[in-house]
Amino acid sequence: MNSTWDWQFFLKDTGDGRTYFQWLLSAWGWTLSVAVLALIVALAFGSLMGILRTTPNRFFVALGNVWTELFRNIPLLVQLFLWYHVLPSIFLSLRAIPSFILVVFALGFFTSARISEQVKAGIQSLPKGQRYAGLAMGLTLPQTYRHVLLPMAYRIIIPPLTSESMNIIKNTSVAFAVSVAELTMFAMQAQEETSRGIEVYLAVTGLYFVSAFFVNRVAHFVEMRVQVPGMIGGGK
Amino acid sequence: MNLDFAFLSWPVIASFVLKGFLFSLQLTLIAMIGGIALGTLIALMRLSSKPWLVMPAAAYVNTLRSIPLVMVILWFFLLIPGGFYGAIAGDFGRNHRTEISAIVTFTIFEAAYYSEIMRAGIQSVSRGQVYAGYAVGMTYPQCMKLVVLPQAFRNMLPVLLTQTVILFQDTSLVYAIGAYDLLKGFEVAGKNFNRPVETYLVAAVVYFIICFSLSMLVRQLQKRIAIIR
Repeated sequence: MNSTWDWQFFLKDTGDGRTYFQWLLSAWGWTLSVAVLALIVALAFGSLMGILRTTPNRFFVALGNVWTELFRNIPLLVQLFLWYHVLPSIFLSLRAIPSFILVVFALGFFTSARISEQVKAGIQSLPKGQRYAGLAMGLTLPQTYRHVLLPMAYRIIIPPLTSESMNIIKNTSVAFAVSVAELTMFAMQAQEETSRGIEVYLAVTGLYFVSAFFVNRVAHFVEMRVQVPGMIGGGK
Repeated sequence: MNLDFAFLSWPVIASFVLKGFLFSLQLTLIAMIGGIALGTLIALMRLSSKPWLVMPAAAYVNTLRSIPLVMVILWFFLLIPGGFYGAIAGDFGRNHRTEISAIVTFTIFEAAYYSEIMRAGIQSVSRGQVYAGYAVGMTYPQCMKLVVLPQAFRNMLPVLLTQTVILFQDTSLVYAIGAYDLLKGFEVAGKNFNRPVETYLVAAVVYFIICFSLSMLVRQLQKRIAIIR
C-alpha cells in the first residue's frame, strides 16, 4: 500500500478511452438505476403481498405469507445466484436477459418481503372500525382499501419505507457478484488496477453516503407533503 | 434441463460444505457475542450525559449504518495490515487472513446494529427502576449491571435474535473477499462436479430451513416472554 495520498489517478485513462472519474460516475449511475428500479419492483410486489395478507380470504393470506417467508429467509446473495445461475438454466429464454435486470428483480423481490411486512403492519395498525365503516358505506373491499385503508396506512409506514429505500441503495452492492458495473464492482476493479485502495474506497463510500442521504431527504419531503393535520407526527 | 442431485452424497457434503457451514456458524456466534458486548457499551455511551462519550458513539453507529456491508468487508480487508493476523493468531492467523478479517469486520459492523437495539431496550426500562437502584445505595455501574441491563436484555431478546438471523444471512457476503463459508462450500462442490445449478438450489434450501426455523423459534420465544411480563 502506498502511504502518500494521491487522487490524480482519477484523471488517468483506464485503457478504454475514459478516465477513472468517468468510470466512477457511470458506476454510480448503475447503482442508482438498480436501486430505483428495484424499489419500484419492491413497492409493487411488497404492497400487493402486504395487502393480500390483510384480506379476509384465507388463500390470499397464505399466498402473501409464503411469499414473505420465502424471500425473507434466503440471503440476498443466494437469491441473486438463483436468478443468475439457476433460473436461466431452467427457463432457457431467460438467458438473453442482462444481469442488470436480474439484479433488479432479485433485489426487488428480496425487499418486497420486508415491505410486505410493513404494509401489513400499517394496515393492521388502523382501527378495525375504519374497514367496517368503509364496507358499511357500501364500498366494495377493493374500494375500501383504495379510499379508506391504504391512504392512511401508507402515511403511517413512511419512516420504515424510508429506511428500506436506504437499504436498497446499500444492498445494490451485492450486484458485484454477477458483474454489474456498479460502485462496489468499480471499487474492487479500480483498486486492483491502481493499487489506490484507500482513495477508491473513500470515493465510493462517499457516493453511497450521498445517495442514501438524498433518499432520506426525499422521503422526509414526501412525509411532510402528505402528512395529515392533527395526527401525531403531523407537525402543523 | 435435468436436475441431478445424486452427486451430493454425504462424503461430498462432509468434505466441501461442512467446513463452510462451521465457519458461517462460528462467524455468526462470535460476531453475535462480540457485537452485543460492544453494542451494549456503545449504547451506554450514547445514553450518557457526557457529550464526549455521546458523539463518538453516535458517529460510530451512524457511519457504519450508512455504508453497505460489502464495502465495510472490503475496507477492513484492505486496511488491516498483514502483521495483525500473525500477531493475534500466529501462523494460523497468517493462513486464515480472510476468515479473521471477516470475524473482526462482522463484530464491529454488527455492534452498530446491536447497539441501536440495546439503546431501545435500555430506554424501555422505566425511570423508576433507576431511581429505585440509586435509592438503595447502588452506584451507576451497579445500577446498570444489576437493574437496568438485565431487564433491557430480556425485553430485547427477540429483537437481538432476529438481528442474529439477519447476521447469519449476511455472513454469505464474505463472498466478496473469498472466505470459505457455507455458500462458498456449496459453490466449490458445484464447480467440482460441474453441477452449479443444483448446488445453488440446495444452498438456498439450506439457508431457508435454517433461517425460517430460527425465526419460528424467535416468534415462540416472543410469545412466551410476552406472557410472563
